[in-house]
Amino acid sequence: MYRSHVLVCGGTGCTSSGSAQIAEKLKSEIRRQGLEKEVAVVKTGCHGLCALGPIMIVYPEAVFYSMVKPEDIPEIVEEHLLKGRVVERLVYQETVGSDGIKSLKDTDFYRNQHRIALRNCGVINPEDIDEYIGTRGYEALGKVLTEMTPDQVIQTVLDSGLRGRGGAGFPTGMKWKFASGNRGNVQKYVCCNADEGDPGAFMDRSVLEGDPHVVLEAMAIAGYAIGASQGYIYVRAEYPIAVERLKIAIGQAREYGLLGKDIFGSGFDFDIDLRLGAGAFVCGEETALMTSIEGNRGEPRPRPPFPAVKGLFESPTILNNVETYANIPQIILNGAEWFASMGTEKSKGTKVFALGGKINNTGLVEIPMGTTLRTVIEEIGGIPNGKKFKAAQTGGPSGGCIPAEHMDIPIDYDNLLSIGSMMGSGGLIVMDEDNCMVDIAKFFLEFTVDESCGKCTPCRIGTKRMYEILDKITKGQGTLEDLDKLEELAYYIKDNALCGLGQTAPNPVLSTLRYFREEYIAHVVDKKCPAGVCKSLLTYKIDPEKCKGCTLCARNCPAGAITGSVKEVHSIDPAKCVKCGACMEKCRFNAIYKD
Amino acid sequence: MKSLEELKAIRERMQGQVEFRAENSDQIRVVVGMATCGIASGARPVLTTLAEEVQKRDLKNVTVTQTGCIGLCQYEPIVEVLEGGKDKITYIKMTPEKAVEVLEQHLVRGQVVEKYTLNETRL
Repeated sequence: MYRSHVLVCGGTGCTSSGSAQIAEKLKSEIRRQGLEKEVAVVKTGCHGLCALGPIMIVYPEAVFYSMVKPEDIPEIVEEHLLKGRVVERLVYQETVGSDGIKSLKDTDFYRNQHRIALRNCGVINPEDIDEYIGTRGYEALGKVLTEMTPDQVIQTVLDSGLRGRGGAGFPTGMKWKFASGNRGNVQKYVCCNADEGDPGAFMDRSVLEGDPHVVLEAMAIAGYAIGASQGYIYVRAEYPIAVERLKIAIGQAREYGLLGKDIFGSGFDFDIDLRLGAGAFVCGEETALMTSIEGNRGEPRPRPPFPAVKGLFESPTILNNVETYANIPQIILNGAEWFASMGTEKSKGTKVFALGGKINNTGLVEIPMGTTLRTVIEEIGGIPNGKKFKAAQTGGPSGGCIPAEHMDIPIDYDNLLSIGSMMGSGGLIVMDEDNCMVDIAKFFLEFTVDESCGKCTPCRIGTKRMYEILDKITKGQGTLEDLDKLEELAYYIKDNALCGLGQTAPNPVLSTLRYFREEYIAHVVDKKCPAGVCKSLLTYKIDPEKCKGCTLCARNCPAGAITGSVKEVHSIDPAKCVKCGACMEKCRFNAIYKD
Repeated sequence: MKSLEELKAIRERMQGQVEFRAENSDQIRVVVGMATCGIASGARPVLTTLAEEVQKRDLKNVTVTQTGCIGLCQYEPIVEVLEGGKDKITYIKMTPEKAVEVLEQHLVRGQVVEKYTLNETRL
């Protein structure tokens, strides 16, 4: 019996800012004060507020400490855990009100959230199956095996309106239904796509690290629904914590008989194995993923036949994303109506977004479908330094940019498609006035050029040509014809590429051309980069009115491009300047500007 | 594990542990003074007894926490019971045995144990 639980975040964000040392130090300090029988230290998954890591929450008071350092631990243990005095200077300031400490749920970051897929992340110890069972874990599996027929399970998922959380948003129940024929007579497979690769997206990683059992349970439910006895989780090798916790989870589930033969005495057999991906982006595409599990080079194959007919090892297969699976047990337990009551007409439930870019609260948020972009960015996220919001990039390299004029659109699959972006896996990168949209398009194109597997010509050669045109434009060598060529090529690739990677690769270019064409034109016609990002198009200058001749800039210039002596106006030699911006950062009188 | 009963048994054992980490506003808060004066006069066993008994009896509406010195050091160990909409009750000079009495009468049945309260003592 412990009187207090200290939850230390063990997600990737907090781990990289040192939460493992914090947990160790905490344990040794607690022992030193003789509190080891009274206070439990629990390592959990991600809480979502990665920007404030390492994060620590003390229950039952629910005091939220942020950016904890190892040297703070003795103070927290002695003052808070022993003497009960909250160490206010380390408490997340949002939770400190005039009348004491308020609930975490009332903070801007958490108030608009609704956690289903992430419900256990940051609450339970992911390495302890008992804690998962304590939050009604494996009860949904028990329910389907003892009370429901496979067709009823599929109908429930269909009725819930759940759509794939990995990108395209295909109805999950339909996928299951297509693969459900001829149960018991043919070998079938259930696969989990944990090959999360969009730059900036890390919700699948957080679910695997924070609540691995939910994926195992959902896969077993899917196996029962379609009549499969074997599952594979395809997870990237670059997610070492996720891989480790999955291994532990699978071991514990087997030990309890929740995976294996004759689960709950129902006669249903199901087991899961891990397959590690080597980090190719294209392996997140379903046919390439299955080719990779089969042991071949990860290249997509033409569809049809769809995986539900001929998938892994030529057998009927269903493949769902991690976040999709994380919703399944809750749908079984609470009913399809409960799930369908959240969200918009065609997009039900919640979606997890990974907030990144120019935003205060970098991290993971789970919001009901239909929440506006404005709520996510202004209320939950917050733009730093009073800058102006310019655009949000959703869907990673397959998505597009949403300009400020569409900020009030409710987020769901169809609305995002109609404005030229897509849900994708849920990366949301916020950009302010200092971001150049041509440069952003070039960044994503560079990514797809690197990651194109090379099997089909439109993607292999087409994206490369697009990248070259963009590069030309950012160097000020583009022409107006280039813009037309870029657009023509984009539509050609969209129509002709073999798989989703190529078909969506031109989206970042198309959406920026649609909403920020004037910025492209500024690069081409005026040879200027309005945001001041493209180095070839800007020159650093010194305002003689403001320069006091302090020599600070000249001393900091790595290229020796600034001349001038004390108390004299300095000048920059454009031929030598490497445009690093060091001088502008150092100048105390704002005398240096970009032109 | 071959039956739902076994799963249920684990769940019931673990539920209290995990629910402990939920925030609930209509809780009765039991606060133990754990400053130097409190610890010196024996607040630690009082605190642990209360925390253990609350969990053992599965009193879901009771939260046991500590606080610092409230200034009445000669009356430590002090235990305060705070309940929404009611006056704060302050118990003084507590021991683990007295604490169990308070728990059984006040926290479970809702009767204040007047003889241990600050009101009964002449200041």
